[in-house]
Amino acid sequence: MNTTFQGSKDYVASDELMRSVNIAIALQKPLLIKGEPGTGKTMLAEAISAALGKKLIIWNIKSTTKAQDGLYVYDVVQRLYDSQFGNEGVDDIKKYVKLGKLGEAFSADEQVILLIDEIDKADLEFPNDLLWELDKMEFYIPETKETVKAKQRPIVIITSNAEKELPDAFLRRCIFHYIEFPDEQQMKEIINVHYDAIEEHLLEQVLDTFYWIRDLYNIQKKPSTSEVIDWIQALVLGGIDPDKIKEKIPFAGVLLKKNEDIDTMRRYLK
Amino acid sequence: MFTSFFYLLRSRGLNVSLNEWMSLVEALDLGLHGSSFTGFYYLCRSVLVKSETDFDKFDGAFLEFFKDMEFATDELPQELLDWLENPKDMPSDEFDMEKAMQNERLSQSEIQKMFLERLEEQKEEHNGGSYWVGTGGVSVFGNSGFSPRGIRVGGQGGQRRAFQVAGERKFRDFRQDNTLDTRQFQMAFRKLRQFSSRTEEARTEFDIDETIRETCDNAGKLKVVYDKPRKNTVKLLLLMDSGGSMEYYSRLCSALFQAASKSSHFKDLQVFYFHNCIYSKIYTEADLRPRSVISTDWILNNLSSEYKVIIVGDAQMEPSELLDPSYYTFGVRDQITGLEWFKRFKEKYPHIVWLNPSERPTWGGWWAKTYDIIHKEFDMYRLSLDDLNVALKKLMVKR
Repeated sequence: MNTTFQGSKDYVASDELMRSVNIAIALQKPLLIKGEPGTGKTMLAEAISAALGKKLIIWNIKSTTKAQDGLYVYDVVQRLYDSQFGNEGVDDIKKYVKLGKLGEAFSADEQVILLIDEIDKADLEFPNDLLWELDKMEFYIPETKETVKAKQRPIVIITSNAEKELPDAFLRRCIFHYIEFPDEQQMKEIINVHYDAIEEHLLEQVLDTFYWIRDLYNIQKKPSTSEVIDWIQALVLGGIDPDKIKEKIPFAGVLLKKNEDIDTMRRYLK
Repeated sequence: MFTSFFYLLRSRGLNVSLNEWMSLVEALDLGLHGSSFTGFYYLCRSVLVKSETDFDKFDGAFLEFFKDMEFATDELPQELLDWLENPKDMPSDEFDMEKAMQNERLSQSEIQKMFLERLEEQKEEHNGGSYWVGTGGVSVFGNSGFSPRGIRVGGQGGQRRAFQVAGERKFRDFRQDNTLDTRQFQMAFRKLRQFSSRTEEARTEFDIDETIRETCDNAGKLKVVYDKPRKNTVKLLLLMDSGGSMEYYSRLCSALFQAASKSSHFKDLQVFYFHNCIYSKIYTEADLRPRSVISTDWILNNLSSEYKVIIVGDAQMEPSELLDPSYYTFGVRDQITGLEWFKRFKEKYPHIVWLNPSERPTWGGWWAKTYDIIHKEFDMYRLSLDDLNVALKKLMVKR
């Protein structure tokens, strides 16, 4: 592997994160990314895809997603209907087997990046059902007696919001990285990636307030990166005087999404 | 190699398997540690540790293992020495490796002391060399230099040594020492299943048998039939003792609560709270504040007897709380004892168990007294993984 991930111009990655990404690529193991919401877990896959110039395939997991959906779907009903009218090619089962996202990634001619997004949304057993497929990078379709085997092992990125605990057997096969919430210095870099010219004084006031709110004892839903970015936009568009930010905290609704949290913040403000 | 590190990690409660260890060995063969001790630290962590709650345990074990090496230099793994001797960014000249290697044997406190002395002596800027505080060089102080141990003075954190990173122990807050794992509780709750297709679901499941029958009846013209998917019909009522002596078990109880509420397979989950004993009022929130009060009769009247009931409590209180009919609560003197209320639940719900986070108290008469009374009334189980499994099995069968 001569390509390594060094971050990209739209994505600020910490040294540790880049290390983990490159370890996962070299060891050909899935990289499991955990972290607070809003720390850019999903964006990481996009950044890697852009940096390495590889195609990105995204498999979004929902609570109803089954492991099988990612491999292939056999459309029995369509085939039955077709047979009714004697359509051509009914005896060709292949026509009715459609590959899922995992199947798509395996059968790609070039190495792709497969993002399995929010794996913890699915059923408890979901990760276990994918062990063999992720290990061997192949699966068997009984209907067509075919084995789909990865031509190039895809780079697999898996994100989790820690809503459910993942099974041990699954974890053992992954490289794990926990994205810490960015500190003030990193946050500045991130904001500079999003906005070209931000007045230094404004930025300082914003970040001071932002981290102050995050550190308040009983905030239930802490504001995250995406919220601070929206907030800056609101402040700039609203033409707020930077010196008023700390004492007034205008547009607090952009940062805090719960009424209780806004009340809490106001209480501390006094 | 390093096998003792593997066992140290395991003995510190990290669940590291041989698979992961082999991956680490493979990674080292590939040189993924990037020829640096810090790289080695991150490599170990990302391959061996799978949860941020375990980072702190790992940091602790890492420090413990690699700190020992300065006293037992004979046992220094050859690999480690190799990396220390061949760092990627080593300047070509001016490095006195012997001198640098001597630093290896210094302890943190010795370095600290030397640092303060040196600061006293030093009056000018230094770059390179082995003695003064400055940049480059092999002295134990300064930045961008190279020494196996030392103090960095100023500069950016790009070259942070593994000891320093591990030493920060900044994942301490994440640590739970979780002997209990919500996943295991969740798996246990899966036992509470009773499938039925008589639910109010959309018909989405392809029904092969019915399709064949209907198609035949239809003179061979295809008629596709869908059926309702089978759904779990179990409804769960959780009654939790909160506050007072239960504070002690709050983490255990909250793990149970988390597991129950995350188990999305229940048809319905109702949770109520009480303090020590159930009376005519019960709470919808764990903080037991007046605004969350509802009438206990409401539960008995509205939640049908098909609910499976789990009561969580330590069953230890002042006996009058359980037995005195005029025990005062919320201005209601209804002449009904707490025990009577418990019995009403038992009568209404045939599937009911009691989970107790505490064992039978061996001291203090009355604590054991109420425990025994309640134990006689209910199937009581310890709130542990094994007992929970037994209790949930019990919930699935009629008494």
